[in-house]
Amino acid sequence: MLAAFQERIRAAAAGGAPLRLRGGGSKDFYGGELAGEVLDTRGHAGIVSYEPTELVVTARCGTRLDELEATLAASGQMLAFEPPRFGAQATLGGCVAAGLSGPRRAAAGAVRDFVLGARLLDGRARELSFGGQVMKNVAGYDVSRLLAGSLGTLGLILEVSLKVLPRPAQELTLQHELSEDGALEALNRWGAQPLPITASAWRNGVLWLRLSGAESAVRAAAKSIGGKAVADPWTGIREHTDPYFAGDMPLWRLSVPAHAPALGLPGDQMIEWGGALRWLRTEADAATVRAAAERAGGHATRFRAVDKSAGAFAPLSPLLLRLHRELKAAFDPAGIFNRGRLHPGF
Amino acid sequence: MGEALPVARADAARQAEVARALREFLPARAVLWQEEDTRPYECDGLTAYRNVPMVVALPETAEQVQRILRTCHALGAPVVPRGAGTGLSGGALPPGNGVLLSMAKFMRVLRLDPRARLAVVQPGVRNAAISDVAAPFGLYYAPDPSSQIACTIGGNVAENSGGVHCLKYGLTVHNVLRVRGFAMDGEPVDFGSEALDAAGLDLLALMIGSEGLLAVATEITVKLLPKPLAARVVMASFDDVQKAGDAVAAVIAAGIIPAGLEMMDKPATHAVEQFVGAGYDLDAAAILLCESDGIPEEVEDEVARMQAVLETAGATRITISGSEAERLKFWSGRKAAFPAVGRISPDYYCMDGTIPRKRLGEILQFIGAMERKYGLRCPNVFHAGDGNLHPLILFDANDPDQLRRTEAFAGEVLEKCVAVGGTITGEHGVGVEKIDQMCVQFGAAELETFHAIKRAFDAQGLLNPGKAVPTLARCAEFGRRHVHGGQLPQPGLPRY
Repeated sequence: MLAAFQERIRAAAAGGAPLRLRGGGSKDFYGGELAGEVLDTRGHAGIVSYEPTELVVTARCGTRLDELEATLAASGQMLAFEPPRFGAQATLGGCVAAGLSGPRRAAAGAVRDFVLGARLLDGRARELSFGGQVMKNVAGYDVSRLLAGSLGTLGLILEVSLKVLPRPAQELTLQHELSEDGALEALNRWGAQPLPITASAWRNGVLWLRLSGAESAVRAAAKSIGGKAVADPWTGIREHTDPYFAGDMPLWRLSVPAHAPALGLPGDQMIEWGGALRWLRTEADAATVRAAAERAGGHATRFRAVDKSAGAFAPLSPLLLRLHRELKAAFDPAGIFNRGRLHPGF
Repeated sequence: MGEALPVARADAARQAEVARALREFLPARAVLWQEEDTRPYECDGLTAYRNVPMVVALPETAEQVQRILRTCHALGAPVVPRGAGTGLSGGALPPGNGVLLSMAKFMRVLRLDPRARLAVVQPGVRNAAISDVAAPFGLYYAPDPSSQIACTIGGNVAENSGGVHCLKYGLTVHNVLRVRGFAMDGEPVDFGSEALDAAGLDLLALMIGSEGLLAVATEITVKLLPKPLAARVVMASFDDVQKAGDAVAAVIAAGIIPAGLEMMDKPATHAVEQFVGAGYDLDAAAILLCESDGIPEEVEDEVARMQAVLETAGATRITISGSEAERLKFWSGRKAAFPAVGRISPDYYCMDGTIPRKRLGEILQFIGAMERKYGLRCPNVFHAGDGNLHPLILFDANDPDQLRRTEAFAGEVLEKCVAVGGTITGEHGVGVEKIDQMCVQFGAAELETFHAIKRAFDAQGLLNPGKAVPTLARCAEFGRRHVHGGQLPQPGLPRY
């Protein structure tokens, strides 16, 4: 498999023909335009090693995310960043390349926080290995974390080692009725207290909170926070199968400081991550949405939209753009991997 | 530890040229060049490597840092940033032909926002000082390297420092939101944000742990966490180190993530007990410190579970801290391990390898064999929860043969760490010290990639040159080839 990948990469580099690295294709909608001939990674699959007592799993890029998570669950463990799959075909390689995290992100960390090591093929078809399978490792630059969210632009991720965590003994979802301002105030207030809140979502005057941990911790926190116990809405929010995410209205993802006040943009909003993630269904023009995110100290991504002409990601400063170009060239000098997916220029 | 790096020395004319250029915008007190003034900067926490800097610059403002960098960039003079100088890998070893950039005057907390749960601080702020200013709001900064009373956040960012609580609360990379500063050419850089992510590649992750090779930080935004309401530590004795290692795995297998999980072997507890009287069991072959934190009810439950697991794993004695004072006393021994060892030996050399936890017994046996081979003692303290070992080789630096044996001892242990699937450095960095072992951990293609990353940030290679990443020529000279899993990978590569 590896040799076949290398051959494709060498041929592509020699001919300057772009490759589109693709696992299950569940995130084809995300990022810039898709360009190049598909290189399907799914043949390179399987868990390489998993020892629950080491809290580390190593698996190949084509491993299906649902299978990986089922294996961890059988040992009482999980990927704590709750990656959205957006389809049963989702693979580990795509999960790391997309760098998307789910409802537990604000409490547990993002994909990049759990990446311990990676193997990849660079644009010269060289097999590179960075990081490892240990929790602490400062030898060399942290390239494996850099791969998280790189959308396959730096190389073909072959294998990833991730830190895993035990599943909480108990989880409970509570519901409160609060205005947007009220919810943001409460989320920030609770955030400063040692409460086991592991997910939050607000929409249309309703706030859901998930508490996780030991039975005693969940019970005590539920008592102090109050609210009505309700069914788990988190799968729908994580996987965007919740009705909020249905339809063709452009979906924006605004990543802002949790303490940012209400953004006041037109449209239908869902707030996650204690206030740090604000989804917005709106027809408002891109400049307006991006400017509001920037004013709040964050950035806006046109996450899912039929019309991609406004570009997916917020523009980079001139210096950051130069660094991006040079890093891209360091890994992929011929510019063959996922051209235009992270930035229209490369 | 490698052979000392070749040291480029500048002549007096060059020294005068660079000092004069800096004096154009810095006051006299901020530019040191006479040896009596520059000698105090000759080394960091790794005193085996010393080099008097050509010039020391002590800026007080970000604008001054920018101008220093621009000036040095124009003059082609190397720059080495330095925080408190507590680093243990020689990362701040000064350039004999360049400028040591001391960030010691950047000591201000610029903003503390309890509602946003973050602090914006200058790089010279001490790690522990952040938690001190956050304490009135019930908040703290989680990473707590043992040197936290002295080490600065700028140095923590450079090394991606950990601490005894990082299994549960993460390393510096997990707790820093944003780093602002300047690239070597003086261009302002801004990585990360107060949001949980930023557009584009995660350059913040690349910057953290880059050992001062990519940019100079002048402002760092850290995440503050609510202080747990309760914490208790379980101290367990074992009559065998392997049993203690297995007990660590058993705790994790039980689904517990302790707030801290540390191991010390008998030579280490004996050294510490004389020094601080932490109440350690001196008969034990090894002790574990296993901490639980959270809300009081949760801590009670978790401590009971920890106790049950440790008993099943063969603990010969278990003591649970009954008060906050006792908890701190138990930790005081662990935190004082290095200075305590410093009292029983003229010098000690601290290693920093990380291994998969299951290989602990094997590594400890290997270290025992090395003690006999080199005729040197080596107590062990160990961040057991995350597999990070700190064996401390005792030696006398006045005896050149002991120093040579220590270096050989350390080199063998680090290479063993790589061979069992670990790494040569968990939290202290490569610096100049472990630069040869980088040739063992990485192949030519990875090293070339590191150099290409460096060039993207610093095309002329002026910022902290010669640290962290060896040249391929140096690896060829070092002569040991990259070995992974007992096999030479990339058989097609030229063997340097």
